[in-house]
Amino acid sequence: MTSTKRTIMNERNIQSVSVKQVIFLVLFKILVYAFLILMAVIVIFPFYWMVISSLKTLAEYRLSIPTFWPKQIMLSNYADAFTTASLGRLFLNTAYVGIVSTLLSLVITVLSAFAFARLEFKGKDAMFGALLATMMIPGELFTITNYATINTFGWMHTFKVLIFPFLVSVFYIYLLRQNFMQIPNELYLAAKVDGTSDLKYLWKVMIPMSLPTLISITILKMMGAWNSYVWPNLVANDDAHRMITNGLRNAFTDATGDVNFPVQMAAVAIVSAPLFLVFIFLRKYIMSGVSRSGIKG
Amino acid sequence: MVDSKQQWKAWLYLLPAIVLLLVFTVWPIINTVRMAFMEGYNGLAIVGGATFKFGIGNFAKVISFTSFKTSLYNTMLLCVLTVPISTFLALLIAVALNSIRPLQKTLQTIFFLPYVTNSIAIGMVFAAMFNIVGNMGTDGHDIIITAGIINNCIEFFGGEPINWINAGSSYWANITVMVVYIVWNALPFKILVLLGGLQSVNKQYYDAAKVDGTPRARVFTRITVPLLSPMLAYVIITGFIGGFKEYSSIVGIFGEDMGPAGAPRRLNTIVGYIYDALPKMNYGQASAAALILFAIIFVVTMINLQVSKKRVHY
Repeated sequence: MTSTKRTIMNERNIQSVSVKQVIFLVLFKILVYAFLILMAVIVIFPFYWMVISSLKTLAEYRLSIPTFWPKQIMLSNYADAFTTASLGRLFLNTAYVGIVSTLLSLVITVLSAFAFARLEFKGKDAMFGALLATMMIPGELFTITNYATINTFGWMHTFKVLIFPFLVSVFYIYLLRQNFMQIPNELYLAAKVDGTSDLKYLWKVMIPMSLPTLISITILKMMGAWNSYVWPNLVANDDAHRMITNGLRNAFTDATGDVNFPVQMAAVAIVSAPLFLVFIFLRKYIMSGVSRSGIKG
Repeated sequence: MVDSKQQWKAWLYLLPAIVLLLVFTVWPIINTVRMAFMEGYNGLAIVGGATFKFGIGNFAKVISFTSFKTSLYNTMLLCVLTVPISTFLALLIAVALNSIRPLQKTLQTIFFLPYVTNSIAIGMVFAAMFNIVGNMGTDGHDIIITAGIINNCIEFFGGEPINWINAGSSYWANITVMVVYIVWNALPFKILVLLGGLQSVNKQYYDAAKVDGTPRARVFTRITVPLLSPMLAYVIITGFIGGFKEYSSIVGIFGEDMGPAGAPRRLNTIVGYIYDALPKMNYGQASAAALILFAIIFVVTMINLQVSKKRVHY
């Protein structure tokens, strides 16, 4: 009798507590969502503002009470941006440098990673350790001597200077070597018994099996070319070789300060567009590369 | 095991990488140290056959320059302000994201968005947003009318618009804009790493805390933060390393002049200082500055590792 009474009281107690808890939980959830959505709006706002501003007329952009949707959609800003910053030429330059340096970088990375992962040679571990050690040194330290070196080579204002100095990435070699090591050695030995050459084995087995890593490397390298600013600005800042980020920054640095912001925002949007496409379609490859490195571009 | 055929084949495969690394990585390391310790080393003077004596003259000179001190101060200030703010915000967002189910993937995607952007391009968007409102111009010729959404908002809420980045703006207004932009830029990577860490935390700890009726705040400080400490240490260390190399985000907002119109180089950083010296072929001073930067990064990383050795729970 008493025991049943006690259980009933207990149940009621639990219920009242849980009602309070549910209210608290709901309020807390609302707070969490409010915080996240506010932060998401802050994160996304510059992109929204870029697109909206790029579609406004200059008069509308300068209204003292800003509009959050253009009254009149000015697609002509995009055409103006293309000519003002001569984006066509910049795009071709950047594509050329990006494609050539990515292809060369892939070949070098695959060959080196293969040597470190599969072949036996004297001083292998010491050599690999030395390579990893260079990753700790900030890139600015290399820039000074490289600037002097390319001056000596007479490479100033050429495509070579944009392609070669930072072609080899120890990080990519490391990434791909780890991937190659996961492929069982028996496959390699079996291929050797069958008389398959190293290069054929690389091409038929190892490259297909580590395709995701190779795609990550390709994307990061292409994005690196697209976003590179400092080095190209130092060594190849002439019309024939200027890269896109560089051209974008220089085209709108106006001494009078009277900048046509809608056109500028249209240029920024054009430069950002390929990055968004990469983000939408190839996000997982970037994220897997990023979380392992922390290196941008 | 090691047959000679494999030997030379391995070296053949490594050849392109080795040649490029020798020229563009190994030689620069040696040469930068060499140039830094040759007093007054200059790319132009070397052509004239000048000789230089060894010493620490370059370092002494660089440290004595006001422009270097300004750069050092700016770099440190931005580091000290942005790393804690971005880490704290990223931690809050990651924990909040981890606690929700609906919308989690969508929000996660949005928070990762700034990562793939071009820091120069989006810097120009921020510059447009922080622009001055109304007529701007000196000596009566105020013909230029600009508009910035941030100042529009301030005016809308009844505040006085602030001159954030234009000619005549204050140093602290400039720094505020830079902190906002750098934090915005730094969030995605930190959120990605911290969220990854949270998602791999064993759920049993939380279940145990729930059974004990542990308050949320206590769960956060006693379970979440300690279990996340390796990832926190990682994002703080990489944050400091990136912070000491700050350069292109400032170019994005202020342009090559590294400061508002009328006050060029006011926001220069150590990296900016090094790049300024190159076209003048002041290699000795640039190398000295680069070695100072390397030393600072090295010391800060070591301190971070020491602190995390005591604090990080693996």
